[in-house]
Amino acid sequence: MARNIQSLERAAAMLRLLGGGERRLGLSDIASSLGLAKGTAHGILRTLQQEGFVEQEPASGRYQLGAELLRLGTTYLDVHELRARALVWTDDLARSSGESVHLGVLHQRGVLIVHHVFRPDDSRQVLEVGAMQPLHSTALGKVLSAFDPVAHSEVLEAERKSFTDRTISDLEGFEGVLDLTRARGYAADVEETWEGVASIAAPIHDRRRMPVGAVGVTGAVERLCRDGELRPELIAAVRDCARAVSRDLGAARF
Amino acid sequence: MTDDAHTAGPFIAAIDQGTTSSRCIVFDRDGRIVSVDQKEHEQIFPKPGWVEHDANEIWTNVQEVVAGAIQKAGITRDDIKAIGITNQRETTLLWDKNTGEPVHNAIVWQDTRTDTLCKELGRNVGQDRFRRETGLPLASYFAGPKARWLLDNVEGLRERAEAGDILFGTMDTWVIWNLTGGVDGGKHYTDVTNASRTMLMNLHTLEWDPKIAESIGVPLSMLPEIRSSAEVYGEVTGGPLGELLGGIPVASALGDQQAALFGQTCFAEGEAKSTYGTGTFMLMNTGDKIINSYSGLLTTVGYRIGNDAPVYALEGSIAVTGSLVQWMRDQMGLISTAAEIETLASSVEDNGGAYFVPAFSGLFAPYWRSDARGVIAGLTRYVTKAHLARAVLEATAWQTREITDAMTKDSGVELAALKVDGGMTSNNLLMQTLSDFLDAPVVRPMVAETTCLGAAYAAGLAVGFWTNTDDLRANWRRAAEWTPNMDAEKRDREYKSWLKAVERSMGWLEDSSVEE
Repeated sequence: MARNIQSLERAAAMLRLLGGGERRLGLSDIASSLGLAKGTAHGILRTLQQEGFVEQEPASGRYQLGAELLRLGTTYLDVHELRARALVWTDDLARSSGESVHLGVLHQRGVLIVHHVFRPDDSRQVLEVGAMQPLHSTALGKVLSAFDPVAHSEVLEAERKSFTDRTISDLEGFEGVLDLTRARGYAADVEETWEGVASIAAPIHDRRRMPVGAVGVTGAVERLCRDGELRPELIAAVRDCARAVSRDLGAARF
Repeated sequence: MTDDAHTAGPFIAAIDQGTTSSRCIVFDRDGRIVSVDQKEHEQIFPKPGWVEHDANEIWTNVQEVVAGAIQKAGITRDDIKAIGITNQRETTLLWDKNTGEPVHNAIVWQDTRTDTLCKELGRNVGQDRFRRETGLPLASYFAGPKARWLLDNVEGLRERAEAGDILFGTMDTWVIWNLTGGVDGGKHYTDVTNASRTMLMNLHTLEWDPKIAESIGVPLSMLPEIRSSAEVYGEVTGGPLGELLGGIPVASALGDQQAALFGQTCFAEGEAKSTYGTGTFMLMNTGDKIINSYSGLLTTVGYRIGNDAPVYALEGSIAVTGSLVQWMRDQMGLISTAAEIETLASSVEDNGGAYFVPAFSGLFAPYWRSDARGVIAGLTRYVTKAHLARAVLEATAWQTREITDAMTKDSGVELAALKVDGGMTSNNLLMQTLSDFLDAPVVRPMVAETTCLGAAYAAGLAVGFWTNTDDLRANWRRAAEWTPNMDAEKRDREYKSWLKAVERSMGWLEDSSVEE
């Protein structure tokens, strides 16, 4: 059996000590009841405090459980809240890019479309809210796979079907795409899912820096690309939109 | 990518003097938003049922948000072709024309102090005494009786009014008068849409009705001149705004719901828009026809562009829509954010047999029953909170259906499609349900700020920034469309159940308590 990490065991013991009722303990109490040197105990407490799992009462200097513990497991961002927050920004993205906009979240090993803004050209279009897109070949899916660890493990286990001869299905090539996505902050799909169709997407983060979804534009490859490259002004518009929604959700500027 | 030239101009600025705040939005030629500034003002509640605004505070805020929006856009007076105005309707102010000082706080449309006065004014005829001429029932919202209340209750005011020192205005009039110079030659104008909410204007002549004004007790001499909704009323003159924007034409005024109709480009007869906020207002363009409603709707002026013929509208309002979702969140605690109602409602396939009639303060159009109170009907042990969430959303959709039915009945025009705006349009399940219940497409436009946009459009038309309404239609973009997908038999069956539930909400209050 692998060796356990001592500092994590000690941190867990501290949380248990502080748990159970309205307990507030000073540094000496914590150190002595766990048989630790004060300096060691303080180092662990400070780390827990930075992560929000422990809070220090300003007046007495005593420690108690932090608000972050309460949020663990109980909150997730409601997708309808996400749509309501994204509404104005996605309208603006459609308007400025001239392309349709989709907002997607991870759902059952795929991308669930939770919001769709029509391409602003008065053509007949069908609302695609509720539709699913593949994780490995679409720009939305690649963004989720690159930034959300759950999506990542799911996409690695799933069959990565080749939709066109441009679809990247092999593991090494796909991981390379995700690395590139993380490095650039956006993902692209140029005819990897549908012939003639390209898309660009960027991640949306919540106030805890968790990736909660992806937003992107989709359209004819002739319009999204110029001289064989994705148009930089479209990439900038998509990333601006993702940042604006993230800010609206309380994420810090980045 | 369409060119991002909206930083180049020229532009139109629109002022929205609303119930809770004043805003200014700068638009470009494509109808895109360039900048926004907004400031809230105090809601004054002197007694239960009374609501007032400080008109000086409002004018100060209007000047600040106009300057703020211009500054945020980084533009100068040369870039602005005109200023338009839209406003909370029916809110009433009297002021001294020599000093520019209001004689009392403005009485807000929600204020019910004129309830008794309106009953008295109905005499033996009842609340429809002036309906044929004005299109409105005698109710506390409208401006005329509010002016009468002020004349009766502010000491010495009637004498000052008769001496010609007092001016009457709704908020459009107050803003136009101040923008165009105030005590130094400010224009004392109102537009037809705002005038149509005073109960003093004859819908057929578009003039003040001397007989009705006399019956209500408002001297004609203090009323503003009625102008069209889109024409140059005057130029920005004097004060800090005069320095910033002096000489720019003040070129439109529209009541907020009419402005939304205009912003949604409902220019053809039979086109309708519905705005989903805490309550809901639906207006249908009825062209040149003044349709007298027998189904509890209001007849009103939709807009009038310059010397063109006026365009009329039918209006239906629902008291409780978004506020029912807020009630589920704040009073019932079943959800933690308004958006979660959709999550909860989506977790079940149907309403489980439950119907929720939110007649919290009686039923509005088409029933107008003040003795009704809220009802949840069809409860069984099977019903869960998710079914109730579904019933909450369905209540908004069924109430819209009832208004559209009334409009069809009064106008003979079938609704082809419904254009929607307002906060609740982000609720996908509600929009689909609406389309299902109406059996008509529901369409959301790309610019959510339809009210300000309408005022900007009207001002732009007046100064030739846009040539005609076709230009404006070309700006309209569909952001989403929901199409009906419901079995007709099922729809009819459920509508019947809804109507049964509505029936059960009526007559809850005894006669005596209705009078309270």
